[in-house]
Amino acid sequence: MMSPEVGHFALVLALALALVQSVVPIWGSRRGDTALMATASPVALGQFAFVTLSFVVLTYAYLVSDFSVENVFQNSHSTKPLIYKISGVWGNHEGSMVLWVVILTLFSALVAVFGRNLPLTLKANVLAVQGWITVAFLLFILKTSNPFARIIPAPMEGRDLNPLLQDVGLAIHPPLLYIGYVGFSMSFAFAVAALIDGKLDAAWARWVRPWTLVAWIFLTAGISMGSYWAYYELGWGGWWFWDPVENASLMPWLAGTALLHSAIVMEKREALKVWTVLLAILTFSLSLLGTFLVRSGVLTSVHAFAVDPERGVFILAILVVFIGGSLALYAWRAPTLKQGGLFAPVSREGALVLNNLFLTASCAAVFVGTLYPLALETLTGAKISVGPPFFNWTFGPLMVPLMLAMVFGPFLAWKRGDLAAVAQRLTLAFAAAILATLVTYAVTTGGPVLAPLFVGLAFYVIVGAILDVAERIQLFRAPAATSLARARGLPRAAWGAAVAHAGVGVMLLGIVGETAYKQETIVQMRPGESIAVAGYDITLQGLVPVEGPNYRDLVARLTVREGGVDAGMLEPAKRVYTARAMPTTEAALKTRGVSQLYVSPGDPGTDGSIALRFFYKPMVLLIWIGTLVMMFGGLLSLSDRRLRVGAPKPSARRVAATVQPAE
Amino acid sequence: MIGRRPKAMEGSLTIWLAIAVMTAAAIFAVLLPLSRPVTAAESEMDVAVYKDQLAEIGRDSDAGLIGAAEAEAARIEVSRRLIAASERIAATAGEGAARRRRLVAVGAIVVIPAIAAFAYGSRGHPGYAGQPLAERQRVEPAQTDMAGLIARIEAHLAANPGDGRGWEVVGPVYLRLGRVPDAVRARANALRILGPSADREADLAEAQTLSAGGVVTAEAKAGFERALVLGAGHPKAGYFIGLAAEQDGKPDEARAIWAKLVAEAPAGAPWIALLQAEIARLGGPAVATAPAPATPAPAVVAPEIRAMVDGLAARLASDGADFDGWIRLVRSYAVLGEAEKARAAVASARQRFAGEADKIGRLDGLVNELGIGGS
Repeated sequence: MMSPEVGHFALVLALALALVQSVVPIWGSRRGDTALMATASPVALGQFAFVTLSFVVLTYAYLVSDFSVENVFQNSHSTKPLIYKISGVWGNHEGSMVLWVVILTLFSALVAVFGRNLPLTLKANVLAVQGWITVAFLLFILKTSNPFARIIPAPMEGRDLNPLLQDVGLAIHPPLLYIGYVGFSMSFAFAVAALIDGKLDAAWARWVRPWTLVAWIFLTAGISMGSYWAYYELGWGGWWFWDPVENASLMPWLAGTALLHSAIVMEKREALKVWTVLLAILTFSLSLLGTFLVRSGVLTSVHAFAVDPERGVFILAILVVFIGGSLALYAWRAPTLKQGGLFAPVSREGALVLNNLFLTASCAAVFVGTLYPLALETLTGAKISVGPPFFNWTFGPLMVPLMLAMVFGPFLAWKRGDLAAVAQRLTLAFAAAILATLVTYAVTTGGPVLAPLFVGLAFYVIVGAILDVAERIQLFRAPAATSLARARGLPRAAWGAAVAHAGVGVMLLGIVGETAYKQETIVQMRPGESIAVAGYDITLQGLVPVEGPNYRDLVARLTVREGGVDAGMLEPAKRVYTARAMPTTEAALKTRGVSQLYVSPGDPGTDGSIALRFFYKPMVLLIWIGTLVMMFGGLLSLSDRRLRVGAPKPSARRVAATVQPAE
Repeated sequence: MIGRRPKAMEGSLTIWLAIAVMTAAAIFAVLLPLSRPVTAAESEMDVAVYKDQLAEIGRDSDAGLIGAAEAEAARIEVSRRLIAASERIAATAGEGAARRRRLVAVGAIVVIPAIAAFAYGSRGHPGYAGQPLAERQRVEPAQTDMAGLIARIEAHLAANPGDGRGWEVVGPVYLRLGRVPDAVRARANALRILGPSADREADLAEAQTLSAGGVVTAEAKAGFERALVLGAGHPKAGYFIGLAAEQDGKPDEARAIWAKLVAEAPAGAPWIALLQAEIARLGGPAVATAPAPATPAPAVVAPEIRAMVDGLAARLASDGADFDGWIRLVRSYAVLGEAEKARAAVASARQRFAGEADKIGRLDGLVNELGIGGS
């Protein structure tokens, strides 16, 4: 029963069902025929079942090393450890596309199961749009990237033993990223369904926000994990390289973050409808672009892309149809959507619009920096690379006002806010920022002149987020019991926002610490020699060869003393995987608080010495801790299943003067 | 193409059953909702959302999260939306519904199998079952035709090591499977049991050449020469003698040998073309830089092996208590192709360990294994 052919046929049936789903429900919704609309749910569930079956069959083929499946033959080996046999399923183009569709149909199935309180028309249209996406991807898989292509006769052994890819980080990174990408297909489907139907109602905003939030949380996790993997595995000591692969995931994240915020306005005030719909379309378009940029090989070289024209043309066609089609639909139907209420520039809505402006602008900057070299190469053949300076000078300046405004936003009242009053309440945050800046100037030597200001900004953001909560629960102003009661009564979405905003500050602190104050030393050391790095005295004890299961290490044994006290060992290594004679570098890390000492070995000399690269990275861990805090904020907000009514309040002036238990 | 074997259709019935069941399930997913009457009106759900919101305002108001005035305002606003939504509820079902359902149902029954058949039919291999590695490794020797044949012949030869015909049959099979040492042994046995002939001498020498990595060793060359004595103009022997000359750095001699072979060949002999190609190869400009033997011939190594074996024999002659030494000596003689000496060594060992049944048993097994029968 687990024959690869079953998986192949299941994929084909899923395609047939996806075709049904993309035609019948929408036909029903145009005719008001409930029976036809009702087909959407079972068909979506059927698709999910078939695609999952095919994924299970493929995984089984990997587990039992069925080399009659070409995909397994190319990407696996009978002696691979179990976990890497499993991760090998999505470690390649074909398998990763199947995983993509599994997640896509999973989301469709979730709509089918949990969408009972959705208006039937909306549900039918949403599932139909999901059906279109599924059809496109299944056609792409079956036509150009069939994971169930067979080899007759079957070879006895598979081809892949690439040790670099045998890493836990790489094993779980793609699924996280894909859940993020595909999750944005939900808001896209809701947006397109709304455009088709010509109406955006209460259920719309209520539904879009949690899906977007789920996608955002997973995408945050995926990006953060990819960054940490690059940091500890590549041995370069960097955590973000503005590499096109990284940018491909950052763009939908920026657009998705903007979407998350504009959806709040829409849910609460029924304003920004048209803009939110556009953002939903753009976010998913960028997700599609991200998927394909990484998967098509176009990033390595436009020529590699041209080598496989069938795949390339198909990808282009999908991008054109979905991005072009949805934007055309938007241009045609958006004017029919009813506009929501008006608001003053200085208001909660205004702050969220500002947020959207800066996020989309920064997203555009990344977009240009990533795609301009590709466009140039296609048109003129010239190969240029857009490096970190471009991004630092475009992306960076956009982030500063964004963070300044981010703290103000939650303090402003809906509809009409009072900037001066908010500034007054933020006194403590300003004080914290100034203090942090001054302290940083006093304590540090060297480093960029602007760096202490950024430390101040980070503290401003963190303290501002804490003040937000403190204000809402009237900490120290009301009796402790009242504050506690208010804290308990405070919507979890409000907690989530404050926590996530604080996470941004924490991450900024880590980024500033790492970029401005890192110390780097490269030395050629002989056994017995010592070096002082950032308060550590490090002595090279010797170079020791160590045999691993499928590699050979040359380990540099370093003893670390801190203030004369033994602080353990560091054992970075030059590693050679024997099967492929592939050398890698195993960096060693020592953590002190949230700072890290990072040692990366170079080549050993002929005289028993070895080149060692020491980095001291103050507060570097805060970068990833910050993203974890952001994700936790997202989870808090997601757990808030309250409805957001957003009805007008009796007196606008009163609202502006007092802090509302908003949201 | 060693691994190729016609895959029996044993799995095909199951796969067709699976395909049928899956297709039926897919069609069912479309038909099921069509057969069920749906009662909910279109916009009822929208209304439900607003009703939920009203309930929520009540809860928030009771919990003191929003003031009474605000709650009231919110209630009015939501009620306004609720009324608007209720007005949108309009009966739209009705005429054409039955026709549409029939169309979709028929469509599902026809289109789903058609798409599946088209998409799968062009690329699928329904008759080709999965090939899990572990299962293949377990099943291979018993089920594969070639492997099964060999297993049967080997069992037969283990029981009747004196069956020269059997050795003769299995020899080329071993060669094709790349089990060259086995082929050498089988052909040596055939030659010994059935007596020398031009073909057998040449076949054994050919196997020996292959086992030396394509180098015509002194031993093999002697075999080919014996074959030519038994049958003048034996093509295989002639070819390899020529090859030996070429490997010795005498391409002219090789060319002369092959040319003579071609000249004397019966008309239409299939190997003429091969020889002519070889002659052309040597006759071309490549002659000037005729390749030296790629690897040193084993003949260079042989004296050392010889010395080791002789040393072992001398040691056992003076002190014969080392049974494993005897086994090693017999094996060495067999490997060197000296069956007579091997048999003599077996005889000595039998005498030495006459009282010990297990050792005699091992000797018998060894004799069978090496195919140096007789006693």
